[in-house]
Amino acid sequence: MASDLNPAVAMQGITKRFGMVLANDHVDFTLRQGEIHALLGENGAGKTTLMRILYGLYQADEGEIKVNDQPVTVASPKDAIRLGIGMVSQHFALASPLTVTENVILGTTHGMRMNIEQANREVQAASARFGVLVEPRAAIRDLSVGQRQRVEILKALYRDARVLVMDEPTAVLTPQEVGQLFISLKGLKEKGFSVVFISHKLNEVMAITDHITVLRLGKVVGTLPTQETNPTELARMMVGRPTFGVTRKPEEKEQQPAALVLDGVTALNNKGLPALRDISLSVHAGEILGLAGVSGNGQTEVAEVLAGTRPVTQGRMLVFDRDVTHSDAKARMAVGLGRIPEDSRANVIGQMTVAQNIAIEQLDRFSRRGYLDRQAIRRYAQTLIEEYQIKASPDDRMHTLSGGNLQKVVLARVLAQSPKVLVVAQPTRGLDVSATEYVRSKLLEQRAEGAAILLISEDLDEIMHLSDTIAVLYEGRIMAIRPADGATPEELGLLMAGVRPA
Amino acid sequence: MRLQIERLPAPLWLRTMIPIASVLVTFLLTSGFVIAAGANPLQAAYYFLLDPLSNPVRLIEVLVKATPLLMTGAAVAFAFAGGYWNIGVEGQLYMGATAATAIGLQMDGVPAWIALPLIVIGGFLAGMGWAVLPAFMKVRLKIDEVVTTLLLNYVAIFFVSALLNGPWRNPISQWPQSPEIAASAIFPRLIPRSRLHMGFILAIVIIIALWFVLNRTAFGLKMRAVGLNMEAARFSGIRVDRTVMIVALISGGIGGLAGASEVAGIHFHLIDAISPGYGYTGIIIATLGALNAIGVAAAALFIGLVDTGSQTVSRALGVPAYLGDVLQATLLLVTLAMLLLQGYRISIRRRSGAPQE
Repeated sequence: MASDLNPAVAMQGITKRFGMVLANDHVDFTLRQGEIHALLGENGAGKTTLMRILYGLYQADEGEIKVNDQPVTVASPKDAIRLGIGMVSQHFALASPLTVTENVILGTTHGMRMNIEQANREVQAASARFGVLVEPRAAIRDLSVGQRQRVEILKALYRDARVLVMDEPTAVLTPQEVGQLFISLKGLKEKGFSVVFISHKLNEVMAITDHITVLRLGKVVGTLPTQETNPTELARMMVGRPTFGVTRKPEEKEQQPAALVLDGVTALNNKGLPALRDISLSVHAGEILGLAGVSGNGQTEVAEVLAGTRPVTQGRMLVFDRDVTHSDAKARMAVGLGRIPEDSRANVIGQMTVAQNIAIEQLDRFSRRGYLDRQAIRRYAQTLIEEYQIKASPDDRMHTLSGGNLQKVVLARVLAQSPKVLVVAQPTRGLDVSATEYVRSKLLEQRAEGAAILLISEDLDEIMHLSDTIAVLYEGRIMAIRPADGATPEELGLLMAGVRPA
Repeated sequence: MRLQIERLPAPLWLRTMIPIASVLVTFLLTSGFVIAAGANPLQAAYYFLLDPLSNPVRLIEVLVKATPLLMTGAAVAFAFAGGYWNIGVEGQLYMGATAATAIGLQMDGVPAWIALPLIVIGGFLAGMGWAVLPAFMKVRLKIDEVVTTLLLNYVAIFFVSALLNGPWRNPISQWPQSPEIAASAIFPRLIPRSRLHMGFILAIVIIIALWFVLNRTAFGLKMRAVGLNMEAARFSGIRVDRTVMIVALISGGIGGLAGASEVAGIHFHLIDAISPGYGYTGIIIATLGALNAIGVAAAALFIGLVDTGSQTVSRALGVPAYLGDVLQATLLLVTLAMLLLQGYRISIRRRSGAPQE
């Protein structure tokens, strides 16, 4: 049905280089009016680059863009907005103390005076007209992530966008919020708007789009009508090979003693408000305990109190019966606690080399009376680089590494110390399929070797695939703890949203 | 036609050109001031940059000027590399100078091999002592060290002023300057009939130590990790507070040493104007030198050169010596701008098609 309509946007032969890297290689992309079109691909496939070119954030080295059949130059987001193109990125650009209305009209007002009541009414009307429900007078800081995303969408529509680019819009949402987003997007489609849906989640793409364009390594692999394809085919196109998926094998095992125990742990967030309330968990040797939850419900803080970067106000943390509640990171590593941080990029020293970052947790081992053994550091780094198939040299600066390789460095640094207890936060966030599989298989390997693993992840699939036991965190409390076998996504989704199934 | 800016680091050859390009741009930008002062810019450039190198006496004077700058530059670079924004080197220098004077005044009849180490150690400890309070407030109370170290500079300078107008006023001349320190406490000359003194050797030792600690020791790696990414450093098991404390104290100590060296090497008594802002120039030097030892040495020698030159230029061409300050400040701004810009590619774009660089 969409195919007989005029293209809203046609990008032809788009090529973009970053230094030596070819991010987009003669990419053709056609967005029809009134369709939802997925851009599917692994991280680094060039999806976001292509859309940033369309939105004027980057300039193509070659190629042509047409909007409504007219060749155009998009030199800045300003041009894009004038051409009716709006973008909702993963990181919202909202002023949190201001109201929804103020954020929506920001930059569109003229003159000195403004009538905020009239603006409220206009935003209310726009909200109803587009079917994107927001409360105009609410302050952004009081809104949930899903509501903030709706404000971003409305902001674009209010600027007369006819084409909406959504960059991984579901990454931060609960399953319920994803449902609401899909309803909004379908409504917009009915009204003739076009949506580009950037994603690497196959089932979402299958559920909502009309066409799918698959990118791999900067090239278009193909464009298909959604109805004529299936997840297996798409996965093969994305990765260039069929994926098998890495999954824990259920097995009967004797219950091992608890290796990591959290007993009534309470902590504050950065604003001094309670972030964790009375968290009690125990993780046994040879077990993966998955801690599920939506972002902002305390997962980050659990990882931080265990990493030793956030103080605990009440309760205790034990590693093999040794109290580490108030120990610093060094002392925790000494008792066998390995930590893989939520945001690896933020928890390495980007300006330092790979070798230095690998050595930094074990400087006592790599120095004699304070003098660094730089040869030993390089040799050790080289060994790990080979063992973990990291595409980097020991002397590369850390910040030049891709997300997958950077994560592998962090993983190698920790796993090479054979930790008995592992705290792993969002280990595969932002990684492509093959890096994700690699990381997951390494975690399962550690489990098989008897490590106790606390897996903190917002990716419910990941939790369900890898965990023996699942705990759900909501507003800083443990909602439920149950065996992974028999748990369903629906039930967990409700728990993550704070609803106890009847 | 439009200007287009992208994040793209400059290639290595371009980055190595930055110091030279900075000097050239600074020359162009300051020419206007030189002309306004009634001189020929090319002539001025000659006196600023080449004349001091043209004969051994002036060359030695460049090293004399560079001596305190090497120390304050190293003090600031060490602090900044460890993520501690010590703006207080000026004050630490004054306290070091005060301690050196206090010790030097008591050294009558004490042999030099005792007096000299005492001056050096005393200056170092006094600078360190002056750094304790802001470092402690930073680590324990999270009070921004930029403000506290800066304000303590004024406390130190006025403290010295009070001393010189009170108990230490020269009893003979009645000038606000202390009596002379004992002969055995005076730093030996390195070259007879010149002002180059033992402090220069100390400065070189400090620069080498700076390089060694930053690049070859576990502590250097730790402190740089703290300076580059404090959270990541804490995560990696580095005791951040302890590291910051050590960095702050050693930086203060080096600053104090600079003051002791000026008293025992140049003036032999304490005066109000013991430092014409060496502590602040140290910030310029550390920044120009990109916080590494070789860069700091090069920047300190260069500023020493310009300082020496600015005296010649004012005598030879009849322009104010302050032109030297204008030159230094402009050079800093230009270098900082260049360091920032090297992270980007700017190209001019005509309608569509490939950008032209």
